[in-house]
Amino acid sequence: MKIPLSRVAHTRSGDKGDLSNIGVIAHEERHYPVLLREVTAERVKARFGDLVRGRVERYELPNLGALNFLLYEALDGGGTISLRTDAQGKTHGAALLAMEIEVDPGEL
Amino acid sequence: MIRIANGQGFWGDWLEAPVRLVEQGPIDYLMLDYLAEVTMSILQKQKAADPALGYARDFPPLIGRIAGRLRERGVRVLANAGGVNPVACAREVRRLAPGLKVAVVLGDDILDSLDELLAAGHEMRNMDTGEPLSTIRDDIQSANAYLGAFPIAEALATGADVVITGRCTDSALALAPMIHEFEWKQDDFDLLAAGTIAGHVIECGAQSTGGNSQVDWQSIPDMANIGFPILEMEPDGTFAVTKHAGTGGRVTAAVVKEQLLYEIGDPRRYMMADCVSDFTTIRLHDEGHDRVRFTGIRGGPRPETLKVSISYHYGWKAVGTLVYTWPQALAKAQAADRIVRAHVDELGLKFEKIHTEFFGVNACLGPAAPVVADPAEVELRMGVRGTDRKAVDRFTRELIPLVLNGPPGATGYSDGRPKVREIVAYWPALIPREAIRARVEVVE
Repeated sequence: MKIPLSRVAHTRSGDKGDLSNIGVIAHEERHYPVLLREVTAERVKARFGDLVRGRVERYELPNLGALNFLLYEALDGGGTISLRTDAQGKTHGAALLAMEIEVDPGEL
Repeated sequence: MIRIANGQGFWGDWLEAPVRLVEQGPIDYLMLDYLAEVTMSILQKQKAADPALGYARDFPPLIGRIAGRLRERGVRVLANAGGVNPVACAREVRRLAPGLKVAVVLGDDILDSLDELLAAGHEMRNMDTGEPLSTIRDDIQSANAYLGAFPIAEALATGADVVITGRCTDSALALAPMIHEFEWKQDDFDLLAAGTIAGHVIECGAQSTGGNSQVDWQSIPDMANIGFPILEMEPDGTFAVTKHAGTGGRVTAAVVKEQLLYEIGDPRRYMMADCVSDFTTIRLHDEGHDRVRFTGIRGGPRPETLKVSISYHYGWKAVGTLVYTWPQALAKAQAADRIVRAHVDELGLKFEKIHTEFFGVNACLGPAAPVVADPAEVELRMGVRGTDRKAVDRFTRELIPLVLNGPPGATGYSDGRPKVREIVAYWPALIPREAIRARVEVVE
């Protein structure tokens, strides 16, 4: 079945220069394997389209049931250079919440 | 156990937070973080205009306001409020709070020695682009190394009530009292990593006590009186994050995890001046009643280099807006965007970038935004940036005329045409640790 990511995870995002990072955190530890399988760097990159011009890297924190994504060239130059409303990537985490993921009902 | 609180997550954070932290419960140390990446360039300009300025001007009056409480309760303050002029900041604190002993940490400011450092072969290449610093040498406005916690601990050892630094790592302000109280050494990597992660958890103020937190945000109690974070640090490097009883907000494992992941890179190699920390070793224990305990943290040796933050003149920018209303608000805003771009072309204005957002439709979330069929209103938000100030200024005159000359129903222009603003950009670099000499002075 398809569910929005927000059913199993919450997020927070921020910036370092032109790079944004998104922490994706499982609500329950048992949902961490779902995140590992469904929330890949490729899918995160696709979610942002032209907003993110560079690559996306994924890091795993099994101890926190969380993933950390680094989005390169994600902020139109970043900080003071960027002309965007969200020059600091504060909303990039929210952009992931409605992403559809595929789960087995038994995994919820 | 010592209690370290953070009362300011950035310059401009809630003014009442540090006052409440000293009044509403016990703390031993109060840290205050004032310096964002580009704050230093603003402070350098203020210092150039008046040699007695160049620091966070909110800080001395705050200390004046809480000096009585600090003395009465024995609370010591650590703040990077010194900016590019820690001694002037300290003198102003002494003037407003004559009973307090004040020490400063100096040596981070390398603006005046940049040419010597370059001549000595330190290229200070941009960590993101690889370009050498010489390409922007004439445009540099500030240059500061990120100092670690040991010089700040040395300042505490003078007996100072208030320690003022310039640029240092944010977490060093929290780590310094631990080094001072528990006599941690430079090769106590696990302890230093624990203190660094503890500092990271509280350095953004209420972001670790329920602010900007997604989980059940509507049920977070009394956000109008949100409690700022407090560390309860043990000599063995285990610690709890909490807040004063009776304050608003929420401290749970979920909230703390959001802050742990905030603005980090590779979680196994979180590089700071004093050590490398491994976030994958953290064990969290949600003890309830707004208290989360941390154990198990491991770290590694400090890097051989220090990070340097340099700011430089990049160009000019302006951002303007017009609001279009239903019906076809988006189509109207899109038509207006095309008109402005046509005028820019006809005038021959050259920009590095012209950026358009349709605020209310897709400004923040881009392709991830949910689709709204015919929104009640859409804000056209257009910005340009470039090296030619005159071209940017000419652009600022192209938006408001559309109220009469363009698609129907434009409003929201009462602030007049947008301001042209200087872009001061940030250049991150590395420098060998030996090239930077920190020192401590007590200011009488």
